[in-house]
Amino acid sequence: MQKLLASVAGGSAALGLVLSLTSLSAAPLLLIFFIAGALTLIRFKKPLPIWVDGVLMVFGAYALIASLPAEGTMPGHHWLALISAWAFSWLFVEELSTAIRLGKLPHTGTGLVIPTIFGLALLIVWEVITRGAGVPPVLLPSPSAIAARMAAETYILTQDFIQTFIKSVLPGYAIGCLAGLLVAIAVDRSPFLKAGIMPIGNFMSALPIIGIAPIMVMWFGFDWQSKAAVVVAMTFFPMLINTVAGLNAASSIERDLMHTYAANYWQTLMKLRLPAAGPFIFNALKINSTLALIGAIVAEFFGTPVVGMGFRISTGVGRLAIDLVWAEIAVAAVAGSAFYGVIALIERGVTFWHPSVRGGRA
Amino acid sequence: MLNRILPVLTILIAIVAFWYAMAIHMNAPWQNTLNTRANLENVPVTEFAQQTWAQAKPVLPAPHQVFSEIWSATVAMDLTSKRSLAYHSWITLSATLLGFAFGTVLGVLLAVAIIHNDATDRSLMPWIIASQTIPILAVAPMIVVGLGAVGLTGMIPKALISMYLSFFPVVVGMVKGLRSPENIQLDLMRTYDANSWQVFWKLRWPAAMPFLFASMKVGIAISLIGAVVAELSNAAGGGLGVRLLTGSYNGQTVQIWAALFLAAGIAAVLVALVGSAEKYVNARMGARA
Repeated sequence: MQKLLASVAGGSAALGLVLSLTSLSAAPLLLIFFIAGALTLIRFKKPLPIWVDGVLMVFGAYALIASLPAEGTMPGHHWLALISAWAFSWLFVEELSTAIRLGKLPHTGTGLVIPTIFGLALLIVWEVITRGAGVPPVLLPSPSAIAARMAAETYILTQDFIQTFIKSVLPGYAIGCLAGLLVAIAVDRSPFLKAGIMPIGNFMSALPIIGIAPIMVMWFGFDWQSKAAVVVAMTFFPMLINTVAGLNAASSIERDLMHTYAANYWQTLMKLRLPAAGPFIFNALKINSTLALIGAIVAEFFGTPVVGMGFRISTGVGRLAIDLVWAEIAVAAVAGSAFYGVIALIERGVTFWHPSVRGGRA
Repeated sequence: MLNRILPVLTILIAIVAFWYAMAIHMNAPWQNTLNTRANLENVPVTEFAQQTWAQAKPVLPAPHQVFSEIWSATVAMDLTSKRSLAYHSWITLSATLLGFAFGTVLGVLLAVAIIHNDATDRSLMPWIIASQTIPILAVAPMIVVGLGAVGLTGMIPKALISMYLSFFPVVVGMVKGLRSPENIQLDLMRTYDANSWQVFWKLRWPAAMPFLFASMKVGIAISLIGAVVAELSNAAGGGLGVRLLTGSYNGQTVQIWAALFLAAGIAAVLVALVGSAEKYVNARMGARA
């Protein structure tokens, strides 16, 4: 794999060098990149250190962005430079992960570098292709255009974020998860209720609950209350099912121990069974964190005051303001990831004893 | 058997009874207005309840209204009619199945790449998780518009959105499943001098089957959601999502509930189908039920 990548990276650089020399049109930065890239082919005679590929990856990306043509389509050697830079970054990532596996580099820190490189490489390819191939901004704006729009429209983005995330998602998420937890504890006390509710709960969690959005908008009006209601409905069942499963996680030998301590129901619940259900509850909390955001945004498609991320997206597509739509998507993605990350961090702190957390990979 | 059905029946009857009661409660204000306008006074309680269960545009339609709407819009109507719910269900169902097939294949391929290559694991996995925090709703209209500009319309954009949602559980489940063989089993394969291809087909793939089916059950329900959501942004194409949207704009609550129940029924049938496929495969693989 590494040999293949190395020959693709060096080979396309050499080919690019030939092409740009014959047409005499390449920017000086690209020429330097091509020469350096072609030189790496000597690695098949004499091994090169890792940092060479890292430097070439960064330099290639810089040269690509800096020498993008202002308009029109890119010449052929530019595409070769893109392929070469992509191959260098992939090669670098391969070498890094091999080094981590062999224990030459520490796991923490370098473990974060790899996905970051992948994400940045994706953004650069996106930027180069949209601008280089002249993709109309109505179809797919470039990342730089989206970033510029985000900087210009911070007020609108903040207002939408407050309306959708702070007003709709957070209260709905809190109510839905808490209700699911409480109902699960109630259901757990009665075998009859459990036998009756669980099949229906399993069934309901498989249904497109998003479909109740228009009904909730009719019942609770256009403002955030109807969105919060949709979020409550969406988060309730995953929490119910996971908590009921989790309350059974404490083994009978542990319950017997509590019994010999003469612990009553509530003491067993608070000191043994709820803590043992922790991993299941956090699983539901994590699933719900993304579900809640999706639910709130969908509900805004069915009628909303003139603010909110779903409203902006649906009207933005209609007005062909696609860069604003992407700006909203970026905000939603960051908010969703951060929400998920916060829950995962809390999970690490609370269920530190669980094998999946102790292993280091949650 | 009775022990399992009785509780479910009890809860179902309780839900239906609660539903009828709520229908009276929620439709009462509008019914009062109607009766005042028609100069009807002192309507008996039983008659009033029946009035609230028979409104044309109720706040909460009664169960029998929803089911008679489903009946009259599917069985009692020409199948090819654009007003038929069966026609719209078929549009949604076909996009769901295509998207589910795409999503499962993509998910399995990604999982295979992830377990066989360390760099893919480290670079792809965090972004696959991050991709699911992007609300697909936000991307759906643009995928529909963007693919429409390239000339792809109808089922393909919807299937792609279904795929985006349904590949995720498959990747997560299959990565776990393909890694589930224990070291001792892998060592045994090594003593047989099995190459990695043989290890994959004879050990990893069979070991991953339970995980694959669990993921597929989640995935097929989600891809139905994806198809419905995609239809929200493309009102011309038809489908259950369009019925929801037009019902919402026109205040046709009965129509919304009928579309919703039909979607629910389809989801339940699809999950059950995957479940029976799971049972069949398990039986063929020699697992005891």
